This record gives sequence, C-alpha cells and structure tokens, in this order.
Amino acid sequence: MVLYQPDRSQYPSQKADGSLDIDLTSGKYLKLWQGPQHPGITGNMSLELTVCGDEVVEAKTHVGYLHRGFEKLMERRTFIQCFPIVCRICVPEPDFNEYCYAAAVEELAGIVAPERADWIRTLILEMGRINSYMMYLGGQAGSLGQGVIGQWTTYVRDLMLDRFEELTGARIYHMFILPGGVRDGLPDGFAGRMEETLQEIERTMSDVYDVMFCNAVFKKRTVGVGYIDPALLEPYGVTGPNARAAGVVKDVRKDQPYLVYPQLDFEPVIGHDSDIFTRADVRRRDVLVSIDLVRQIIAKMPKTGPLMTKLPNVLHWKIPRGETYIRGECSRGEYGYYLVTDGSGYPRRVNVRGPSYTHAVALLERLIVNVNISDVAALMVSLHTYPPEIER
Amino acid sequence: MSLRDVLSPFSAWKYILRDPVTIPDPINDRPGSARYRGFHQNDMEKCIGCGTCEAICQNGAIDMLPVDGIVTQGDDSGLRPRIDYGRCCWCALCVDICTTGSLTMSNAYQWVERDADAYLYTPGVDKKEWDDAELGYQRPEAHRLNLHARIPMGETDADVRINSFSEIVNGYSVAEAKLEADRCVACGLCVATCPTHMSIPDYIAAVRAGDYELGLKLLYETNPFSQVCGRVCTHKCETVCAAQYEGDPIAIRWLKRHITDQVPYERYVDIIGAPAPATGKTVAVVGSGPAGLTAAFDLARMGHKVVVFEALNKPGGMPRYGIPEYRLPYDAMDRDIGVIEAQGVDIRCNTRIGPNNDMGITMDQLKQDYDATVLAIGLHLGRSTRIPGAEHANVTKAVDLLRDITDGKTFDVPRTAVVIGGGNVAMDIARSVARLQKQTYGEVNMTVTALEDRAHFLADPDEVKECGEEGIEIIDARGPQQMVIDENGNLRGLKTWRVVSIFDDQGRFAPSYDETDECLHEGEMVIEAIGQASDVSLLGEALTEALEWNRGRLKVDGDGRTSLPWLWSGGDCVNGPDVVHAVADGHRVAKSVHGFFAQQEVKA
Ligand SMILES: Cc1cc2nc3c(=O)[nH]c(=O)nc-3n(C[C@H](O)[C@H](O)[C@H](O)COP(=O)(O)OP(=O)(O)OC[C@H]3O[C@@H](n4cnc5c(N)ncnc54)[C@H](O)[C@@H]3O)c2cc1C
Ligand code: SF4
Ligand code: SF4
Ligand code: SF4
Repeated sequence: MVLYQPDRSQYPSQKADGSLDIDLTSGKYLKLWQGPQHPGITGNMSLELTVCGDEVVEAKTHVGYLHRGFEKLMERRTFIQCFPIVCRICVPEPDFNEYCYAAAVEELAGIVAPERADWIRTLILEMGRINSYMMYLGGQAGSLGQGVIGQWTTYVRDLMLDRFEELTGARIYHMFILPGGVRDGLPDGFAGRMEETLQEIERTMSDVYDVMFCNAVFKKRTVGVGYIDPALLEPYGVTGPNARAAGVVKDVRKDQPYLVYPQLDFEPVIGHDSDIFTRADVRRRDVLVSIDLVRQIIAKMPKTGPLMTKLPNVLHWKIPRGETYIRGECSRGEYGYYLVTDGSGYPRRVNVRGPSYTHAVALLERLIVNVNISDVAALMVSLHTYPPEIER
Repeated sequence: MSLRDVLSPFSAWKYILRDPVTIPDPINDRPGSARYRGFHQNDMEKCIGCGTCEAICQNGAIDMLPVDGIVTQGDDSGLRPRIDYGRCCWCALCVDICTTGSLTMSNAYQWVERDADAYLYTPGVDKKEWDDAELGYQRPEAHRLNLHARIPMGETDADVRINSFSEIVNGYSVAEAKLEADRCVACGLCVATCPTHMSIPDYIAAVRAGDYELGLKLLYETNPFSQVCGRVCTHKCETVCAAQYEGDPIAIRWLKRHITDQVPYERYVDIIGAPAPATGKTVAVVGSGPAGLTAAFDLARMGHKVVVFEALNKPGGMPRYGIPEYRLPYDAMDRDIGVIEAQGVDIRCNTRIGPNNDMGITMDQLKQDYDATVLAIGLHLGRSTRIPGAEHANVTKAVDLLRDITDGKTFDVPRTAVVIGGGNVAMDIARSVARLQKQTYGEVNMTVTALEDRAHFLADPDEVKECGEEGIEIIDARGPQQMVIDENGNLRGLKTWRVVSIFDDQGRFAPSYDETDECLHEGEMVIEAIGQASDVSLLGEALTEALEWNRGRLKVDGDGRTSLPWLWSGGDCVNGPDVVHAVADGHRVAKSVHGFFAQQEVKA
C-alpha cells in the first residue's frame, strides 16, 4: 500500500491554544474557497481552504447554503403531511427518508405494514442504492477529469429511473413508501423490464471497471490518497462503505436487520486499504450485490396480499407519546430517523441522521489537511456525501 | 499498475459505435408511465367541492374557489380546487383523500407556458390537453387514507324487541363513537343541509377528542331537542355527507346521541349556561312540540318570560305522542324538556287553547295578556280514507291510537289488524300494535297495505326492513276500496285493488286500479295512516277570517310571522315535515319575536 507522505516542513506551527499560526499577510499562505459553486464539490457546500503552495494546511467546511428547515417544518405538519416532505432531504437517494419516517411513525402509532409492502420497500431501497452509486461513480471519475464514466452511469441511472417511474409514479421523489405500507404493487411485466435494466447496468459496470478501475491515471490519483485510519471510525462516526473500505464491517442490514433483509442472501462488501481507490471499489462491488438483491427480491416476494394496513383517518391522526430511532443502511452508511411524538397530531421532534453529516463535516476537515489541493475534490467525493442531508 | 491499466481505458472508444441513448424531445414523444403523477384532472360531475383535497395539501397548493356555472346546493359547496403548480409537489395526497374519487392525475408532465399565472388552474374547469388522458395516477382501490365503512350500530334482535317497547338502538360505545367520528373529513357540507345548521364537524371533533361537554354545548347552541334528534332525526345531513361517495355517510345522528348519552344529565344546565337577565317581555306559545318549545327555549334564554300552553297531559308534542317509545324512550324526551324548563319556561299541560271561553283560554286572551303569541300546534287530526265503512268503530286513525298508547289508555288489542299507508307513521303504528299483539296473544298478525310499490316506498328502508323482521306483512301497491263488515256489524277487514298508477298525466294524485286484482286483508281493526291535518278550530271565526291562508295552511313569511303583527307560527302546522325542521322554525320565530321586541324598544 502506498501512503501519501506529505512534507511536514511547510506545516504552520501551533499557537498556545492549539490553533494554527497562519499569517496571511506573510505571503506564504493563501485562502481559497472551493464552493459553493464549484465543480469539485458535492452539492451545495463550501470548503474554506488555507493552502501553502499546493498543499492544504487548514480546512473549514461551511454548510448553510441549502437549509430548508425540514425538521422544523415537520413540527407544523400532520403525520401524513410529513410524508411527501421527507424524500426531499436527500435528492439522489430519497427513499431512505420515506422508509425511516414511515417505520418510525408505524412503530409509535402501533401499526404494522403488511409483509408484501416490506418486500416492495426493500426493492425500492436497493434500486435507490444502485442509483445512488451510479451518481457517485460518475462523480468520482469526474472529480479526476474523467467525464465519460458519468455519461454511462447517468444513462443506466436513467433506466432505473424509468423503473422507478413505472413502479412509483415518479422519477426522483417517489413519495411511495408511506406510513402504513406502500401505494401500490408491481406493475404488469415489471420483472422482465427490471431484468433488462439490471443486465444493462451489469454491462455498464463491466465497462466502468475496464475504463475507471483498470486505469493507470485513476490508480495513480487514488491509491493511497485520502486514507482513513480505522481508529478514526468510531470517534468520527464513520459508517457504510467508508468504514467497510477500512476493513470494518458496518452494515445495518446485517447488524440490525430490518425489512426483509434476513430473508435475503448477501455478504457486505469490504476492502482494506481505506483509500479513495478502495472506497470506490467497495461501492462498485456493492452495486453488484444490490443487483443480485433486486433479483432475489423480485423472485421471492409475495405476488398478492395487502399493501397498506388500515389507517385511521389521516386528517386527524394523533400518535401517542413516544420516541424511537429507526435506522437503515443507505449507500452512504447509517441513515436514521429519531422521532418524538407527544400525543398530538404533529411530530414533536424529528431528527434526521444523514451519514453525510459526520463524513462531510468533521471527518473531511480532518482528512483534507496535508492533501494536495488538486486531490481535494476526489477526496471529498470519495466520502460520498450529500449536503442536503446535512442540512435538514 | 500493469500494462492492462494503460490499455484498458481505451476500450471506452467502443462507445463511438453505439447509438445515442437520449430521446430527442419534442420530436419523439415520451409519455409518462401509467401511474405517473402528472398534472391533475378533476371530474366536475363527481366533485362536490368538499375541500378535503385542500385540507390535506401540505404545500397549500390548493385553493377552493367558486366557479361559474357551478351552483352551491345541498351536496355541493359550489367551490372547486384550483391548483398552484408553483407549490404542488405532485405527492397525490389530494388524490388519495378525495372523497368522491373525482380528482386524479394525468401522465402529462411537460407543459411550457410564458405566463407564470397560467400555472394556477382549476382542473376540470380550465380546459387542458390532458383532461382526457387515460393514463396517470388514480388512487389504487385498496389504498385508503381513512376508514370508509360505517361502524355498525348495535340493535336488539327482532325476536326480543317485539316483546316490549324498549329502545331498539343500543347507542355507540366510546370506542365505537371515536372510530366513527374519526371518519369525518370535517368538510362541513352537512351543516348547510341540516335545517337548524348544527355545527356537525365541530361536535364530531369533540367526540374524537372525548370532550363531551364541549360537544353538548355545541349541540345546544342550535338544537334543544338534541336527545330527541339524536334518536329520531330524519338526518338529511347524512344524505349529503362527503363520506358517502367512497363509503358510508358518517352516522351523524348516532354521534349526536352519543354525546348526550355521555354527559351526565346533572351537568346539562350548567354546560348550557344561564339565560340572559329578564327583559320583562312575555310570550305565549301554543303547543309544546319541538317548534313551540324551541321558540320558548330561545326566548327564555334571551330573557323573556315564556308560558307554553299544551292541550295534552304531557309536553313534547308528536315526538311524545306519535313517535313510539321503542324509537324514542319517554325519559329521553323528558330530559330534553327538563333542560328547556330549567331556562324558566313555564309549561302548562292540559290547557287547550280554544275558540271560546267554555273551552278554556282563547287566542284573544293571549293577544291581550302577552306581548307576542306563537302558534305551534302541529298536525294532530288524522285524515280518513273516507271509503265505505270508514266510520266503523274499529276503524281508527294512527295518530289517535299512538296518542292513546302513550297516554297508557287501554283498548281491545285486535288479534288481526290492517294498516293503510306506506309512510313512517304507518310503520310506527303497525310496529306498536304488533308489540301489543305479541304481549296480549303471543303472536303478531299485522298487515300493512301501501299505495306505493316497493321501489317508491315513502317509509325509511330501515323501517321497512325492521317491520319484516318483526313479522309484519307489508303488501305494496294496494289501493283501499272498502271496509268489509259482516252481517253482525263486525269489521272483517279491508278490501283493496292493485294500484296501476298513483298520479295522472299532469302529476296530480289520482290513483287508478286494476279492479280484477282484488284482495281481502283480514283484520278486526283497520288503522288509517294516510296523513294528518292541523286542528285550527282554536282560532275561532273572527281570527280565521282576519288571518291570511295559503292552501288551507296559515300563511307565514320566512321568519314565521303571520299576517297579524302579534302572532307567529312555526312547525308542522305551517311548514313541516319533521322534528328538526320544527326546531329550525322555532329558532326563526324566536329570533323574529326578539327582533320585534327590540324594534318596539327603539320606537318607545
Ligand atoms: C307517528 C309519527 C312519527 C314521527 N316520526 C318522526 C321521526 O322519526 N323523526 C322526525 O323528525 N319527525 C317525526 N315525526 C314528525 C314530527 O313529530 C313532527 O314534525 C314534529 O313533532 C312537529 O313539531 P311541532 O312542534 O310543529 O308540532 P307537534 O310536535 O305536533 O306539537 C304540537 C303540540 O301542540 C299541541 N296543541 C295542538 N293544538 C293545541 C291547542 N289548541 N292548545 C294547546 N295545545 C295544542 C299538541 O298537543 C302538540 O303537543 C313523526 C310524526 C308522527 C305523527
Ligand atoms: S376532495 Fe375531491 S370531491 Fe372534494 S373538493 Fe377535492 S376534488 Fe372535489
Ligand atoms: S399533489 Fe400534493 S402538493 Fe400537489 S396539490 Fe395535491 S396534495 Fe397538494
Ligand atoms: S359529517 Fe360528512 S358532510 Fe359533515 S363534515 Fe363530516 S364528512 Fe363532511
């Protein structure tokens, strides 16, 4: 394993309080803003970088460009009215919001979604995972100037969006998993069209492998770069592929199984080198696992049965006092909803744990230091963060 | 790093030979999927303007607005949802909750317009290309965001209930009532149709919240006969209820009764609150039915001194003397009247107002002794068929017999009896006498002959069904021709012909019969239940002359004023046809009398 060993000589000294002694007037340091409008940034975020030469000596992450106040908005909306809002918390993989919110409401309201709905929920979550990785792969290659991968993955992502559209009635914000179940079953002929889509994704993934992963430039730029020390995983709350690429199996689907995962056959993908390349590779292999899971789900799921449990009139739905935390494994790690109810018709508090919060703020600030400025974009993308879920 | 890592990326070049995957739009149309949630459609034939879509929309994208050509009427608010596509997020909650299923979404998802205001439109009214699109989102059959079936009401079984006059309907338990109340979408359509405009969605909300005292307060704001109406109201409100289109209408009447059942009676008067301070004005009310007593209740609460004169033994009018006890127990009636008396209303029973002094107090005296007089005498004269033999002693009228039953008068219960009539009064008397037959002889022998055929029956379907369960035979489309009396002068029964039609070409009542289809319905007693008239003899000649009439009924204006300034009238004797209309009349009259007093004061 090649590790990036920066030259420590240029590193600024520390002041008594531990902060860095950076004198911008000295001409030795330069302050640079990467974002909020910048191709090398994921979503609406901003990095305030202090560089010395082309090496970053200090980094501050800035959020707040996308704050829509979802958690607060929900406190003023009935339980059913929150359902169409939550998906917007994460654009590329919205379904986790729908699932976690629905499951949290169901638990506190004392209702159980029918089994068939659980299968369809699992299907949707795996479809969403594939799509989220498609965006990531394009972004990761693009962060190093390789535009073609993004074109391919956007194409197959679009095919999957077609499947989403015919199943859920919408392409991006599906608004399909709601407290009590799901809106509808699979449309006629869905399995066949899904299989075609999966095969096209597999074919594309093999091209992606050849062009992106068996690529001297990509390796040169990513192997050994952006190393996450496994010791950082716990203190920094690192989960998902970022943790699994460091050799630690963290996967909520296995650790605290939900929906129908116990009935599915799969092994979480892991890697060991904990660098950008390994994280990309873990995700690439994860796509293949998800493709297999989609096939398993479609083969095993019940074809008939209720999709929705009996709901009280949602217009006056009151939920008894309670609190719960529901989690699931999204493409970026642990996604969670903490819901507090107080017996009224509105959530008292909703707190959304998007994995990007830990990955893109604290962890990124730490990892960027001593990285070459040209690698910042690749590093940030490699953490696979979606700022909308930081700002709920 | 290997040679492969250098060469492999060049395999990307093979994409040069592949066709592009993008769809040139608008050259190639790419319709949305069958379930696509695109721009809305609304079926104007079905939409009732209930506004439930507006209530659920978390984006405030829907405004209910009046629309040209759509008239506000009973089951239609006249408003239609206009959608703001600057706000809509295509969640389709509005489609899922739509009470009539009128609202759907087309699969259209592209629409380009220069004018931003164009993105606010009323589906179904403002014509759009996708109005007739067949594909698009519709609420899947099993996907429901509320309960659609009515919570069933428990009833005593027919074989038990026929033995006595005990109340048939059990009333909801708290849990049942909550579930039923939960189904209401709080659209308020029913309020307009309720003659006395009870705040239905609000008291239903009180049931949901378990706040029965609030519920009771709301009931009494508009209806001092809440106990009575909670049991026997004709519930016109339920015929317009938004919940009926995709399920059963809300059991509004039973929920009203549930509130009155839940609040301890001792609390009623406190909850309703004290009347206004005395004004010194006096009002005489003739008749203690719902119309008279509602007027009395309101006027007393406004601070006026009210005396009610009632000819019969007990107050309550037809609800007590007509409606049988198994539908409306006397103590429920008494409780409503107790509350009215607690407002200071003085009810004087066994005091018939008559045309001259030997028959008691006269209208003239009332005119002299009181500042205003309200006439609410109902319809207490049973109409006769006037067919041959109708004057036989064993031929009676339903209202007379029902009155006797209430008063506990004994009479020879007939072993077999025939009722003429197909309305609710016919059902009431048939079921009452059937109970007496069961008690006296252990079996029911009761026939009801109705002019109408089953498809056009006037009686409630529930009543007809329950009659059948209780062993009463209902024979439809029979026209009464003659009372059959044997040589000893005993009544043997009723002869009828089959009805061919009831109305003539001009729609006038003129039954025609098939004389070859004759039947004899055996009965020791024949009961006529074909309608009632008002006994206006109390007015005396001079007053009858002085008043204006409208087809045999006293003429009143919208406020219940007769043509004489001191006299008001309301209820069955001028309007009808049921308790809640009488209550509404009572309110109108009270308001008008109160306004009259206020005007007098201004003048003075
Ligand atoms: C058998 C039957 C069943 C019915 N069932 C229902 C039902 O289920 N639901 C429903 O909503 N409606 C029902 N109705 C109709 C309902 O009872 C009447 O619409 C309602 O009672 C009218 O109220 P009112 O105050 O106008 O008259 P009434 O209730 O008839 O009251 C008039 C009062 O005036 C008194 N009175 C008359 N003349 C004099 C006088 N000269 N001096 C003193 N007092 C006098 C009478 O004794 C009577 O008490 C039924 C009617 C009948 C006959
Ligand atoms: S919910 Fe349906 S019926 Fe009611 S106003 Fe809206 S579209 Fe019309
Ligand atoms: S689709 Fe959703 S956002 Fe749009 S009008 Fe209906 S309820 Fe409102
Ligand atoms: S009872 Fe029916 S009509 Fe009345 S508010 Fe409720 S749903 Fe609407």
